[in-house]
Amino acid sequence: MLEFADIWNVLFLRDYNTRLVVICTMLLGCACGLMGGFLLLRKRSLMGDTLSHATLPGVGLAFMLAVALGGDGKSLPFLLSGAAITGVLGCWAVLLIRNHTRIKDDAAMGIVLSVFFGAGVAVLGMIQTMPEGSAAGLESFIYGKTASMVLSDFWILVLVTLCVLTGSLVLFKEFRLLCFDESFAASLGWPVKVLDVILLGLVTAVTVAGLQAVGLILIIAFLITPAAAARFWTNQLDRMLLLSALIGGASGWLGASLSAFYPRLPAGAVIVLVAAFVFLISMLIGSERGVLVRWLRQTQLKYRIGRQHLLRALYEILEAGRSDGELTIQAVPFRQVRGRRTWSDASLREYIRRAYDDGLLEVQNKEDSIRLTEAGLAEAAQVTRNHRLWELYLIEYADVATSRVDRDADMVEHVLGEQMVARLESQLQTYRSAGSLVPASPHPIVPGD
Amino acid sequence: MTWYVMDTWIVVVGALAATACALLGNFLVLRKMSMMGDAISHAVLPGLAIAFLITEARASLTMFLGAAVVGVLTAVFTQWISRFGKVDEGASMGIVFTSLFAVGLLLIVQAADHVDLDPGCVLYGAIELTPLDVVWRPRYFGTEFEVPRAALVLAGVTVLNVGFVVAFFKELRISSFDPELATTMGIHSNLMHYLLMTLVAVTTVAAFEAVGSIIVIAMLIVPAATAHLLTDRLWLMVVLSVVFAIAAAVLGHLSALIVPGWVGFTDTSTSGMMAVASGVLFTLVLLAAPRYGVLCKRLRKTEAAAF
Repeated sequence: MLEFADIWNVLFLRDYNTRLVVICTMLLGCACGLMGGFLLLRKRSLMGDTLSHATLPGVGLAFMLAVALGGDGKSLPFLLSGAAITGVLGCWAVLLIRNHTRIKDDAAMGIVLSVFFGAGVAVLGMIQTMPEGSAAGLESFIYGKTASMVLSDFWILVLVTLCVLTGSLVLFKEFRLLCFDESFAASLGWPVKVLDVILLGLVTAVTVAGLQAVGLILIIAFLITPAAAARFWTNQLDRMLLLSALIGGASGWLGASLSAFYPRLPAGAVIVLVAAFVFLISMLIGSERGVLVRWLRQTQLKYRIGRQHLLRALYEILEAGRSDGELTIQAVPFRQVRGRRTWSDASLREYIRRAYDDGLLEVQNKEDSIRLTEAGLAEAAQVTRNHRLWELYLIEYADVATSRVDRDADMVEHVLGEQMVARLESQLQTYRSAGSLVPASPHPIVPGD
Repeated sequence: MTWYVMDTWIVVVGALAATACALLGNFLVLRKMSMMGDAISHAVLPGLAIAFLITEARASLTMFLGAAVVGVLTAVFTQWISRFGKVDEGASMGIVFTSLFAVGLLLIVQAADHVDLDPGCVLYGAIELTPLDVVWRPRYFGTEFEVPRAALVLAGVTVLNVGFVVAFFKELRISSFDPELATTMGIHSNLMHYLLMTLVAVTTVAAFEAVGSIIVIAMLIVPAATAHLLTDRLWLMVVLSVVFAIAAAVLGHLSALIVPGWVGFTDTSTSGMMAVASGVLFTLVLLAAPRYGVLCKRLRKTEAAAF
């Protein structure tokens, strides 16, 4: 059974055995989260996938070269630089294919991934026949060894994290424009291609440093999942990057600690799943783009529009029925309102119920007829007025055909703020018919319009 | 270099796998979903693990079914996340396949006590070993042919894919280029998407069980992209992609036998070299293609400047 003290010791890095692993995965999570944010916005999330596969031929060739020179084939700096070289080559090839042909990003990444990885497999295939039997386990270089990290891994990760942090702080403004509007950046005279190469260079550094420490799958997940999760919470790039780095670090910390508690929980897999869990939660309840929030917003918009349609329909019915002079409040049969638009019975009743709750109308004869209250009439007049102002505007200034104007007005007016309406009103002062607050409709009103 | 009957079978099996993949790859490239093969070949691990845990045996058919089901699920989850969460398709693919792979790894490690299942050896077939698994010995023209199992399986998959592409050519074309138009024309473009994804999953699993994942990932993308540089006509692109796929298989095996000799080795992995061969073909076309090639574009630019 787990002791509380054990959990405490692992989580707060008191336990020597797990301290290194936990810190390393945390660092890597932060660095990857930061870079992943940029990749996500450049729609290049799978670049980590491509890069990590593209390092394999470099590892193999570095080993061959080291052995040919009579050195130790498995010296870490040698293998790392081999991996970095083919990684950078891979990036460069992706950019080249993308920039100079009609092949899109995704296919370019796929081509580089498979061809480089194939070359790596071929190189390893040759190495296996070498008389120096020490080649065994070389392919595990890219599959990682999370549980057995050593101090040198830690220092490499610290170095890379610092590089990434400085790079993205210094070039924050440039990277931001690169992510959101590449062609605008180019038109400003910025060296877009150089910036792209620097960004991908940083990604390569993180990937190569992380690969031999935690392995291919975890690196890919670290570069995608935290950033995608952070995207649900904010529309601001700096906040998103910060959050993404935090999520990456937290999943690394929590996942590595969890895998230390129980036997047979591979750290890499647990971290991937922790990050995926954070992603799922963010996707559901994220405060900016989460599924729930967007659904709520959509429903609210639907009811706001429905309420405006209902009020305008009632107003126009009253308007048509008045003899002359003041508009008087009268009960309107449900059937007549129903005929004004193409709306279902159920949704119309829902709008009526909501308007009733807000005190805008009264319901009589078992919902067979509706009667506006004073407040309801005021709002109905206001809504109708806005609608007609819009129609006028569209006819006068936007050259929309009269037969379409009602539809077009419907599409835009519900999303306007009050300020915009006020501005339109002042622009349309001249159209206000004297004596009446609500201008006449610029087109004949037919039921069902 | 000596050429044995085995080598012929390796090339045949490779060419069949390449053809099956390249046929579907055209539509993946056009739909900007090229990485699907890579995603599926990682994501099927839990399917293999569960099938293995249930049957407690390395029975090929159950594992195939498990893998294919998870492969389709990968496509479905990717679609869901990118639609409901409004996440970039590449990112949602990455999240889905890394998570599924992690689940598979956990299952395997948890079960490691009483079973012996090494992800490396179960997941990836090796094309060099396929001719050894002979299941059918027909006799024609006085010679006995030793047809390996992989050749039969992949021939079946290839026929299935050819049938699919021919039968639904119009639907595939319209829904790849313009899903909205397809919907207005009464084509169920979502259904087409899932049909295509199901076939991609089945092909991926069948091919990597037989010949290894690297051939699958490469052949789903590279021949189709190569053909895409040469033509604007879809039917021609499909035909060309198959030609490039077969060429890559032949050249790949040849170079696996020849190229290592140049640097003092005997031979190397055929699947790796097939991917490299397809990459070489792609590079050549990229440079020399008449209309979209880099050299011709540059030439036209210079001409225009001189004019």
